[in-house]
Amino acid sequence: MAETATHSADHAADHGHSSTGISNNKLAMWLFLGSECLLFGGLISTYMLYRGRVSDGPHPEQIFDIPFTSVSSFVLLMSSLSMVLAVTSAQRKDYSRTNLWLLVTAILGATFVGGQIYEFTAFYREGLGFSTSLFSSSFYTLTGFHGVHVTVGVIMLLSTVGILKKNRATGDKAESVEIVGLYWHFVDVVWIIIFTLVYLIPA
Amino acid sequence: MSTATESHEDTHEHGMSDAGYIKIALILAAITALEVSTYYVDFGPLFLPSLIAMMFVKFFMVVSYFMHLKFDNKLFSLMFYIGLGLAIFVYVAALATFKFFM
Repeated sequence: MAETATHSADHAADHGHSSTGISNNKLAMWLFLGSECLLFGGLISTYMLYRGRVSDGPHPEQIFDIPFTSVSSFVLLMSSLSMVLAVTSAQRKDYSRTNLWLLVTAILGATFVGGQIYEFTAFYREGLGFSTSLFSSSFYTLTGFHGVHVTVGVIMLLSTVGILKKNRATGDKAESVEIVGLYWHFVDVVWIIIFTLVYLIPA
Repeated sequence: MSTATESHEDTHEHGMSDAGYIKIALILAAITALEVSTYYVDFGPLFLPSLIAMMFVKFFMVVSYFMHLKFDNKLFSLMFYIGLGLAIFVYVAALATFKFFM
């Protein structure tokens, strides 16, 4: 009996699963995402506190381009759809379609980052530097941190495509794609909050 | 061995069909359009509560369906919601300290 239990635990460990049948890698990603809530919670709270402190700089309502940011938000939202389609394709072991959806997701993510760079440049030209006011510092820190997360996500997506194409994935390929997908969707849900609290609700 | 492989395969079959995910994405897009409409249309006293409600609906739809928390092991939900709950508690307390809600 004890021998069977040991064998079962060894078998689970070989597949990167704990003896409870839960994937260790997936559990680690969820734990990481839970801790990321605290990071973004701090940045969002700081922004909420300082968004009215504009000093001599421009006010949020004067510089925010809601139609442009709405399109960016839509692009990021649709990247979550392409990501989940990549995961389902990987679960069906259809890796050519998985790679296609991963590339679509990466392109949509890169489009979002490009839009953010354009937006930051436009704000800077309108007189909103990083140290112009408490509002500008907290705004650039929050949205900048999110942009860095999206950029890291794009790198993860392209790396996954490369690994799958060269067949260098170790372990469960579908689970690897799913874990990258969890990170990507988290970046999307953070933007859902930022879009509402930062852009749509006036200071 | 075959039983182990089968149970391993089964874990990948949770979730929804592609058509189901497309439906969820369309609902999310419609809610986003409604959110953006609050910028152009005066919602009066419903402005803030409706925006916050729509934000939460979108958040939980992505987390539940796209991230599979609705179908996956409850331990994953626990890991995430503990972090989320802790963040909300800590930062609401911090904002209250700074009299943000007054």
